[in-house]
Formats: sequence, C-alpha cells, structure tokens
Amino acid sequence: MSVNADWKPRIVAFCCNWCSYAGADLAGSSRLAYPADVKIIREPCSCRVNPMFILKAFERGADGVILCGCHPGDCHYSTGNYYTRRRMALLFSMLDYIGVERGRTRVEWVSAAEGAKFSRVMNDFVAQIRELGENVKVGDLRCKE
Amino acid sequence: MQRVSERVIARARELMREGTVNKVAGWKAGEFFYDCAPYVFESEESLKDLVYDRFCAANLSKYMIKNSVAAGAEGGKVLVLLKPCDTYSFNQLLTEHRIARENVYVLGVGCEGMCDIDRIREKGFKGITGVDENADGKTLTVHTLYGDGEVAIDDVLVNKCEFCKGKAHMIFDELISDNEDEGPRGDRFAGVRELEAMSPADRFAFWQSELSKCIRCNACRNACPACSCRKCVFDNDASGIASKANTDSFEEKMFHIIRAFHVAGRCTDCGECTRVCPQGIPLHLFNRKYIKDINEFYGEYAAGAEAGQRGPLINYTVDDIEPAAVSDKGGN
Amino acid sequence: MQPGVVFAQDYQYMCSEAGQNIIKDAIKTHGLTGVVVCSCSPRMHEATFRKAAAQAGLNPFMVEIANIREHCSWIHKDKEEGTEKACVLMRAAVAKVTLNAPLKAGESKVVKRALVIGGGIAGIQTALDIADAGFPVDIVEKNATIGGRMAQLDKTFPTLDCSSCILTPKMVEAKANENIRLITYAEVEEVSGFVGSFKAKIRKKARFVKEDVCTGCGVCMSKCPSKKGLNEFNMGLNNRSAIYIPFAQAIPNVAVIDKEQCIKLKTGKCGLCQKVCTAGAIDYTQQDEFIEEEYGAIVMATGFRPIDASKFDEYSYSTCKDVVTSLELERIMNAAGPTGGVLLRPSDGKHPHSIVFIQCVGSRDVSGRGKPYCSKICCMYTAKHAMLIRDKYPDVEVHVFYIDVRTPGKNFDEFYRRAAEQYDVDYIKGQVGKVYEENGQLVVRGVDLISNEQIVLNADMVVLATAIEPDPTARKVANMLTASIDTNDFITEAHPKLRPVESPTAGIFLSGVCQGPKDIPETVSQAGAAASKVIGLLAKDKLTTNPCVAHSDELLCNGCSCCEKVCPYSAISYETKLINDHGVKETRRVAMVNEALCQGCGACTVVCPSGAMDLKGFSNKQIMAEVDAICL
Repeated sequence: MSVNADWKPRIVAFCCNWCSYAGADLAGSSRLAYPADVKIIREPCSCRVNPMFILKAFERGADGVILCGCHPGDCHYSTGNYYTRRRMALLFSMLDYIGVERGRTRVEWVSAAEGAKFSRVMNDFVAQIRELGENVKVGDLRCKE
Repeated sequence: MQRVSERVIARARELMREGTVNKVAGWKAGEFFYDCAPYVFESEESLKDLVYDRFCAANLSKYMIKNSVAAGAEGGKVLVLLKPCDTYSFNQLLTEHRIARENVYVLGVGCEGMCDIDRIREKGFKGITGVDENADGKTLTVHTLYGDGEVAIDDVLVNKCEFCKGKAHMIFDELISDNEDEGPRGDRFAGVRELEAMSPADRFAFWQSELSKCIRCNACRNACPACSCRKCVFDNDASGIASKANTDSFEEKMFHIIRAFHVAGRCTDCGECTRVCPQGIPLHLFNRKYIKDINEFYGEYAAGAEAGQRGPLINYTVDDIEPAAVSDKGGN
Repeated sequence: MQPGVVFAQDYQYMCSEAGQNIIKDAIKTHGLTGVVVCSCSPRMHEATFRKAAAQAGLNPFMVEIANIREHCSWIHKDKEEGTEKACVLMRAAVAKVTLNAPLKAGESKVVKRALVIGGGIAGIQTALDIADAGFPVDIVEKNATIGGRMAQLDKTFPTLDCSSCILTPKMVEAKANENIRLITYAEVEEVSGFVGSFKAKIRKKARFVKEDVCTGCGVCMSKCPSKKGLNEFNMGLNNRSAIYIPFAQAIPNVAVIDKEQCIKLKTGKCGLCQKVCTAGAIDYTQQDEFIEEEYGAIVMATGFRPIDASKFDEYSYSTCKDVVTSLELERIMNAAGPTGGVLLRPSDGKHPHSIVFIQCVGSRDVSGRGKPYCSKICCMYTAKHAMLIRDKYPDVEVHVFYIDVRTPGKNFDEFYRRAAEQYDVDYIKGQVGKVYEENGQLVVRGVDLISNEQIVLNADMVVLATAIEPDPTARKVANMLTASIDTNDFITEAHPKLRPVESPTAGIFLSGVCQGPKDIPETVSQAGAAASKVIGLLAKDKLTTNPCVAHSDELLCNGCSCCEKVCPYSAISYETKLINDHGVKETRRVAMVNEALCQGCGACTVVCPSGAMDLKGFSNKQIMAEVDAICL
C-alpha cells in the first residue's frame, strides 16, 4: 500500500488504432467516465507494442501498463493480435517471475463498438492498480544495493 | 574423453592437410590449463595448440557467422568442432540464415561433460596446477602445489552439463563420438520452479540481489549464439533505449529481460550466458523460464532441434492461451 | 512551454476554416517544423489538419493530434484533473512530433474490376450500378441462383407489390449486362492484396450440370426419383428433387444436383436425368473449379438469415408444426409456395381461423438467447402479413403481440394504422409467455400490458417474427478481407454516420444487411451508395499509399527472416546485396519492404531483435518519447 497520500497512479494504455482507440473514442463520446490516470498511446496495431515500451514505462515510473487490441480474429491486419497475445503472455509471465506484481500488466481485447467495455476495463484496471499501490518495486530496482 | 580427444585432433589435422578445409574453429590451450578459448586455426602447423578436453565448454557455433562467410570469400571451407549441445545453436543460426552452410564442415565431437574450475576450487583445492581424467571416466585427479586429490566429475560439471540436453548431435558432416545418447540429464527447470514457488517478494529480492551484480560487461551477449545481432538494439541510438551509464537505472533489469525476450523461442539453452558471466549471475534462469513457459503454453519446442523450424514467437494458433490466464500458471 | 514549442494558440473550433487558417498562418509566420493540435480524436480530423499543414507548405506527417476531447474532457468531470491530463497528452504529442520525419505517400495501381460477394438484392443493385458506370464486376453467389432473400418474399411493404415482380427484372438485367459476370454456386476462398489490387480465389462448386448447355427445361426434375431433399427456397416446408432449379425465375436458369440426395452420385446407380436430358447437360464427373481474378474493390453483400427459432422453447416451434416463422409464412402465402398461395396450416392443411403473431422473437433480447438489437423489419412485415390475411380471408382473426410497434419510414406508420384500424388487426401490447398444444389446439398465453390482464388465446397458427442475423458466412468472409466485425457479426463501418458503406479496411465496401438490419428500400439505397464509392475508387488511375510503412535499416538487418514470417501481407522479401557498413564492404542478406504491400501494422518491428525494422510515423523512438512524456 502506498504511503504517499498524494499518490496518483500513472497508467499507460497502448491502444490499437482500429479497435481499442476507436473504442476509447466511443467511451468518450458516450461520456462513460474512467479515471484521468489512464493515458492512451495510439498504435497502429497491438502487435506494434514492443516489450521495450512496456519496460520503459515501468522504468520511468508507471504503476500499470495495459495493452488493448482488436479481439482475436478481428485484427485489422488479420493476425497482429495473435502475435501480441503470445508476446504478452510470455512477457507478463516474466515480469511476474522477477517479482513485479502480475496485476500491473494486462491485455484486453476491446472492439470499436465496445465503448462501455473500454470504460469498464479502465475503471477496473485503475482500481486494481490503486489496490496494489505505488510501483515501488520497479522504483527500488532502480537503486542498486 | 581422452580417446575421443585424440581422434578429434588427428582428424582435424587430416582434414586440413588434405585440403577439405582451410581453417579449423576449435579450442586453443590458454595460459592455464582450464582457460581453453575459442580459436580459428589457419594452418596445419598452428593446430599443435588445438585442444579438446574437459575445459572446452565454449560453444563455437556463433563463430561460424563471420567465419563461414569469410571462408566462402576465400574460396575455402571452415571446420567447426561441435559438441552435441552446440549443434542446436548451429541449426538455429542456419534457420536464421546466419551461416553459409556450404562453407562449413561440421565435425560432431562426442562429449562427456565439461568441468567448471570454480566448482573444483569450491571443493577445497588450492594452488591447482592441472587435472587429469582418471581411467574410470568418472573422476578427476587434481594436481595442486600441495599434492594430488580426487574429485567426482559429476560434482564439478558446468551448469549446462549438469542439465545436459543429451548426447545426440542434431547436425554434422562427420561424427567422432563414443557417446550413447542417454537423453537429458537432470531436471533443467527445477531452478525455475523453485523461483516460481517463492512469494513475489522473495522472487523480487532474489532478482534484485542477482541483477545488482551486473556490470554490463556484455559477456553474456558476446557469448550467446542467439544474441548475434550485427548491432545490438541497446547500442542503437534510434531504438530509444540506448541510454547506458545511468548509475541509478532500471536498465540492467531491462537489458536482461529484453535480452531474454529477444532470444525467446530462439535460445537453445546452451548455457553460455551463465558460464561466461564474471559475476556469476544465473542468467539461464531467465531463458529457462521462457522455455518452460513456451513448452507449457504452446507445446514442447526445442530451438535448433532441426533447421528451418518456425519459432513459437513467430507463430500462433487461434486458440492460444490468453495473457490473463498466465497468472494462474506462474508462481505466487 | 514545452521544449521546442515556439507558438501556442487557443481557439475553440480549430477544425473550422478559421481555425485551419490559424494553423496555416502560424506555419508560415514562425517557420514551424511540426504542429500539434489538441482537439478531438485523430480519427475525426487528423486528415483535415494534415491537409491544412500541407497547404501551408509543411509536410502533412509533421502534424500530431493530442486527443483531449474523447479521451479527456468528455470523460473526466473534475476540471483540474482533466486539464492536467490534457497537458500530459499535449506533452506526449509534442515529444512525438519533434521526432516525426517528413513522409511521402507512394503510389499503387488500381485494377478496374470489382467483386461483389453475395447475389441478393444488395449485391445485384451494387453490381448493376458499378456496371452501368462502365466497370466490369463479378458477383459471387454461394447458392445456385442469385436473388437472395428477397426472392423468397411474397409481397413487400408498404406498397404491397409483389416481391419477385420487382426483383426478377433486376436479376435478368444483371444476367444480361455485359459488364457483369455471375459466378453462382461459388464461394470466395482466399483473398490477398490490398485496396486497388486484391487477388481472390473463387471456388465454383460442381453443379454436375453444364451451365452453358442446360436449357432449364425442367424435365430432369420431374423424372428424378429422389424427391426427399428439403426445398430450401420454401424454407423446408416441402421437398424437392435431387436435381433441381431453385425456383422458376432462377438466374441462371440452370439445374443443379444436390450430391447428398442424388442416387447416382451416392451409389453409382440411376443416371435417369442424364438419359432424359436432351441437351446433354448432365455431367456426374464435374469437379469444383477455381477462378482467380484481380479486383480493385470488393463489396460485401452477404445478407442475413432468420435466427433459429427452436432456441425459444416457450413458443413450441420445434414441437408444433403450426408454429411457423414469418419467412415460412411468406412462402405459405406465395403463389409459388408449398400451398400454392392458399393460407393453409402446415399440420393438417386446414384453413386457420385464428392466427397469433408474436413480435420480437429473439430481437431486443438481452438474455443472451437472442440478439440485443432491433431487427427493424419485423413490425412492418407483420403488419403486412396481418393486413394481407385479413384482406384475403376476412373470417380469420389476427392478433399481434408486440413490445413496441416501430414504424419509422416513409408511409410506414400509415401502413401500420391501416392494418390496425381498417383491417381490424388486434394489436396487443404485451409479451407471450407460452405457446402450447392442448387437445390438438394451440394455446397462447400472454399478457396485455395496457389492461394489465393475463390473456389466453386459442390459435390455429402462431407466427414468430424471428430476429434476423448476418449470414453465417459473413464472419469468414470478413476475416478473409480483414474487415472488422462487431459482436453481432455485422460488419463495422469506417464511420457509423459519415462513412456507413465503407469498411475501415480500404477497398472493402458494405451493401445491405451485412452492415445492419435494413429493409429493401434502405438496402437498395445503400447498395447504390456502395457502388458509387466503388466507382469513385475504380475511376482513379493510381492510389496514394499509406506512407506509415515499415522500413528496414540494412546496416542493422541480420537477415534472419523473422519479420518476413509474421508479415500478413507478404510485404517483406530478402535480397542479397553488397553492403557498405562504415567502410566494411560485405555481401549480406537483408530485408526489403514493399511499400505498396505494407499496411503498417508493425508486427515485424517487434520480432526484429536488432531494431533494424522500424515503422515510419510510429517509430520506436517516437513511441518511447511518448512513454517518457506521459510518465514524466
């Protein structure tokens, strides 16, 4: 749990342009609120998200990273999110293995029509990150013993 | 091992003499008996320094990237000595079009396990001047300034040999081996499982303590046959992550996670990273975690078992496991 | 101000002409090398602002949008928090734009031929319009004839004119048009390529009848001894022969053999149709054929089907023969249908005296059994059915249970009122809980919400206005075309309001119910709209390609082929060439990206361990800079 009362989670959301970014747009135009802690980065496809970006976010102090793409089978580029799924399954498992809480990383499939889901997912993820508190672990990792 | 050794050295000379090859990639005796280093011999005369003994753990397949191309340019062929486990790396490099196969003569060499000088020292030997393999093939006589002693080979194997993948060569042009394939030795994922069973906090403490030792010497990167990029992404300014020399950075961890990720599905578990690390960081625990996950999520896969395989990260099935389900698979 | 920012301006309507002028003036006055617009979603106006920048002499790809409306002001009620986030989003966009590089769009060819998948009224109308503009077009229809669902309808609302009387001339026209090629009894198997130059492989299933020889005389049908096949055209209400012509006005008017039913094909014995065919059209050895063709544009017109009513046990559809779906009733009412157009109930062929219609069977259903959406056409066709029955058989009592009656359309409400007022159709607001058989009598139990009473009605027939759903082939076709699809399997539009006939995938257009429920006039107008989009595309000689494509740095490339393996467009190939790596000359195998094929997904960039493969417009460095700026 966080000791810093002013702490607000920093959450990076990578969204594919065709489904999830549009889903986020729909959440916006439907006024389906979620916390301002979520900042979205637009990608052409979830498969553009390099594990380096995620680690970079953690290195810079992000408390959670979420990656959203089209539902498997619906990828605008037909197969991109299948690769995403494998990459992230392995990367997140590895982060868990080095002791970074599993709850800080997530993949969600959100279509362009799922504004409500986008909002729900973000609310849920932020709540989960708040529960986990500040990402002190990766912060600690930055200080050598 | 000695009998194989003699035959290997004799055959290398012969191939060089008769002109089948004009270079030999092997191991050269170093200043000390245990520091046999990879070396490319360019003349029959120089082959007097070729050794093949219990301290020739280095995997030579990576050296074929440059040497196979160079040999082709010179119109010759290079002979490479590959132990069973090294052949996986060689195949993986073939899959990735990194080796000009036609310019390489692969001499598969039998292996009974390589020894780790540090583990011998840990047995209490000081001032070691040499070791000899005993006729039983199971023990070593250790000569020291203070007299001789004996040690069981099984107790002083390098990590990769403790978990030997098997004695079968995956690729060769010619084979000199007395080995019978006994299959894999030991449970190579035991170490990974042990970590998975720990609490996240303990795992974290473990890695924090291990990775804090990293001095970014890049020995792991240099020895790894999968880590064979012409230019590493960490040295590439355009990648956006080439920010070295930050003393208070997450970069070491990032480096090792990314390095392991980049070789995931391509790593043959040759164990060179751990073997060469001057800080003794058990880097293989990263790679084996990925291998174990890949095996569990997508089915058994051995990189380099044959050339031309499609690796698990450049492949998919429509009903692959969801990343969300992974938390149930890992530790905690 | 952020580092690098030299000019900032607040304006309420940046996308207006005046707003765009502010941007253009600023570019010229301050010699800007990049522009960030903090506004609505880039999916809305990125193109507008890029164009404005280009008009002011700045490369259009030096413009980035910070989405502070949909992703910020519209969802964050706390003003301070929202403003703070808007600043972060702006900072990220500025960080990105400083790393942007000018990009230039490439060019690609346009194959001047269109493919229409589906030969119902939507596909026919689209094809006719494209053909009229002078472009060749192929219709691929999975059934043995074109015509689709509309061919099965008896009358159409609100005019009550005969469906086939208005459809069949269009079918004939499609057949006669020399720019149209009909490929019936065929399915698209593979599609590759991209807008302007798709390549499709079409499987033309074996009919076992030579299409160019058969005269459609129908003798084979009468002689065929196997008559147990369910007549699909009549919704399985009667049987047909194994060799058959789907219906009298079928186009092409050519027989087809159902190989599951044909005795000759199953046992080798029979061959009667071959003997009686004077034209010599029967060929039992016929094999599936493949047609490969290039197209500049593809139209999806895959249509719909009624959902399976047997999921709704409470209406006893599977157990009582006299409980029918509306489409079955269409066939019963039709002169070419199983009863010759006489209203007879299926169980005993007797004249019914009381009919109950149940609306919204599986529509507006959030229980998960049915569909959450309104199927749109059912209120109107039920009014039509009720009216026609009351008109022809005044002795029949007609009751309609409804949730709401929805009649938004020209002359629709008038039509409904005629049914209720002039024809005395009994409209009951309420739902039916159960339909069951008791002593050979159908009993309908429902509720009248207006009088708040339970109602029990005896009925001779019950008609279910079943929801419609996209044809099951739609998903497969959409996946093949990489067209996105929604949770109900309807094809997603590029924009629900402004680009309703285009898929987000360039070069793929939508016609008819595959996009969403609609009636015939709507389908026809959408078909025309899709055609005009296709014509607009085919009229171009060249297309400009997306410049945000992958690019390989040959000095960094390992030549490992990983990128090639994950590319969905086969846009990456390898070349062995002499590379000068800082003075070291070496022959290397390096990746090359075909910019006309690359669609810019970025899958290759992540499998490239050295980072040689990068994506223009979304480079590693740009995204890292965004991450940096957000996590500052």
